[in-house]
Amino acid sequence: MKRFKAVSTALLILATMAIALCGCKGDKTEDSSSSITIGIPQDLEDSLDPHKAVAAGTKEILFNIFEGLVKADSKGDLIPAVAESYIISEDGKTFTFTLRSGVKFHDGTDVTADDVLFCIAKNADASNGEPLISAFSNIDEYKVDGNNIVISLKEADPDFLQYMTMAIIPKANDKADTNPIGTGPYKYVSRSAQENIILKAFDQYWGEKAYISDVTLKICANADSIVMDLLGGSIDFFARITSAQVAQLQNADFEILEGTMNLVQAMYLNNDFEPFKDVRVRQALCYAVDQKEIIDICFDGKGSPVGSSMFPAFGKYYIEETNDVYNTDIDKAKELLTEAGYPDGFSFSISVPSNYQPHIDTAQVIVEQLKKIGVDAKISLIEWDSWLSDVYVGRNYEATVVGVDASSMTARAMLERFDSESSKNFVNFKSEKYDELIRKAIASTDDEEKTKLYKECEWVLTNEAANVYVQDLAEFVAIRKNYTGYEFYPIYVMDIAKIKPAK
Amino acid sequence: MKYVLKKLLTMIITLLAVSILVFFAFSLIPGNPAISRLGTEATQESIDALTHEMGLDRPVMVRFGEWVTGILRGDFGMSYSYNQPVMKLLSQKLGTTILLSLMAILLTVLLAFPLGIYMARNSDSKLDIALTTINQIIMAIPSFFSGILLTLIFGVTLKVFTPGAFVSYKTNFMGCLGYLFFPALSIALPKVTMVSKLLKDTALSEANKDYVRTAYSRGNRTKAVFYNHVLKNAMIPVITFLGMTFADIIAGSIIVEQVFSVPGMGRILLTSISGRDYPVVEAIILILAAFVVVSNLVVDLLYHKFDPRIHV
Repeated sequence: MKRFKAVSTALLILATMAIALCGCKGDKTEDSSSSITIGIPQDLEDSLDPHKAVAAGTKEILFNIFEGLVKADSKGDLIPAVAESYIISEDGKTFTFTLRSGVKFHDGTDVTADDVLFCIAKNADASNGEPLISAFSNIDEYKVDGNNIVISLKEADPDFLQYMTMAIIPKANDKADTNPIGTGPYKYVSRSAQENIILKAFDQYWGEKAYISDVTLKICANADSIVMDLLGGSIDFFARITSAQVAQLQNADFEILEGTMNLVQAMYLNNDFEPFKDVRVRQALCYAVDQKEIIDICFDGKGSPVGSSMFPAFGKYYIEETNDVYNTDIDKAKELLTEAGYPDGFSFSISVPSNYQPHIDTAQVIVEQLKKIGVDAKISLIEWDSWLSDVYVGRNYEATVVGVDASSMTARAMLERFDSESSKNFVNFKSEKYDELIRKAIASTDDEEKTKLYKECEWVLTNEAANVYVQDLAEFVAIRKNYTGYEFYPIYVMDIAKIKPAK
Repeated sequence: MKYVLKKLLTMIITLLAVSILVFFAFSLIPGNPAISRLGTEATQESIDALTHEMGLDRPVMVRFGEWVTGILRGDFGMSYSYNQPVMKLLSQKLGTTILLSLMAILLTVLLAFPLGIYMARNSDSKLDIALTTINQIIMAIPSFFSGILLTLIFGVTLKVFTPGAFVSYKTNFMGCLGYLFFPALSIALPKVTMVSKLLKDTALSEANKDYVRTAYSRGNRTKAVFYNHVLKNAMIPVITFLGMTFADIIAGSIIVEQVFSVPGMGRILLTSISGRDYPVVEAIILILAAFVVVSNLVVDLLYHKFDPRIHV
């Protein structure tokens, strides 16, 4: 038996080590009332400066740290925040904001009119070509008047108030990139790259304070392990899980909330690519692609079809009828292709960012659907970064499946990019009629007329088949049953301050 | 002494070659850090402005020169994505990865030596044949796959640990070690099979040598011959192999970190590559290369020390 000694000693040491180490697994989910761990799919890699942050995933987190003079509520309406009230002059050109007294920054200092001026100046600075907020080029002058900030515009702009959601940050903070200081319900504590971001409820917040005091935003870069992390208890909340993940969480200790992602998923077409230059070819693709089938196959029937570059949460700008223009009609599609000179179809490639599974799934169904009209599409998966530089900025692609969201709650944010002159017009859409309409719409000072013009723009996009529109994706949120109160917004934000412990 | 100097010189040349390759590789692959940071808000003006701010509009040779002189001063530059000095960003990740690697090495030694000795002393017994077979199978399983299996068995089914609940060694050292046990095990498993097999094979071949027969003829017992003579000689190649494995383990931990959601160097390396955060990627690769080069140097020196007959 002695010969087993070596082996058994080693095993004994190993077993002791394993037990000893696993015994102290670290402080697992403590009292849930005071803390929550929220999983997020990527780290904040652009900037913590709210004026420089661009990624939707960054902005939705910064929403909890920063506020503007006004801010959006969960219905999408603007409510006063750092400003206590505002007055818009009769001609719509002068905005007077009265600062709320007693609003403090996270470092304890008071918000002053000076800080507000600093922020406006920073965002209106056009020395790099275009100001950070392009609508600010319309500002004629801005000044302080006692406790008021008075902004006067060159031309009236009914959308202008939307831009005053611009975050107010202290002028004195010269490390805005790494040390964010705002006025929001949560303050930034620390971060560890690719690991987590720690937030703490701000106890001097002017409004309704956050319910949960300690928030850990944990980066779950590995999409395959999200369900395991939720079930295992290392995260309590995850926004935007897939319907397949929802199925895996059935019967678990989670409540699944359903909302919309507020973006327009489409097969965006490079209108400069030879076959797509012909409107009949683009229309043929629209006739061939069956939105409902895509939603049924890939998303368990959850998702809202869209027919133009506008999603339902936009309310008055959204036109449901645009969905019905291209009801699936294979014969009609073939006819259009023949007219356009492609009776035997053609082939093209669809570039899809490899980190967005919903878009990959959608592209796969589209490829199958297009086979029915003899069009041979191939999917080429590319890295997100290559997508940005080759597809978005370089416009060197044929078609791509992605979702496009709105940077602010204005129709302009969705529609301006299709102006043939716009630097964001990555689909190279060119229509004189559209250019005329969109410019008129932006310049219009009358809300009713503006809305009408924007809607006409949407119809142009639909009738010209600028892109093959698919849907606004459904969004599923998993939240552990110890918590409640989460609310969806019509914009891309995650409002952590509304989450509270369930009784 | 001359040998050490010569080795040091090759080491520096290797590192220089690596740094040149790493630096220029990024001017070849598509993607642009400025566009990556600006995302869908990018306009030509803002891209140009940010490119200028990052200093990427200057000639590549000038940037390379600045980068190298910066490293000599211990400054790896600023990360584009995090606006922090690269060294500050990496220090904790480096600690985690090194901790994981050390645990993996420790586990390898603790498991492989007794196993190898047992198999050598009882070669061709039923248990040895069984162990050898199992060894061959485990050797063929890559560590990321055994990592998934371990997570499934010990994390999800048996709930011995919580997948994804990593705690930093700074906040809870023991908790961190506990979490790293299974990742370390999955890195160690294939190494254990290799080391134990090597130990067994060299011990068996040593056992057939003349000095062993002489030892027996002097009246020594089997056990004493084995531990005093055979094992001592068999250890030399094994220790050499272990030393080289260390570099391998550090590289291997990068993959296993993904499986177990350990926020070490691996995760940040991958995201930095896809985000075109050049300074971070360049620093990590250089650090990894330095590990490989240094561990090879140490092995060479140890080899010389253990077996003075070997003149290099």
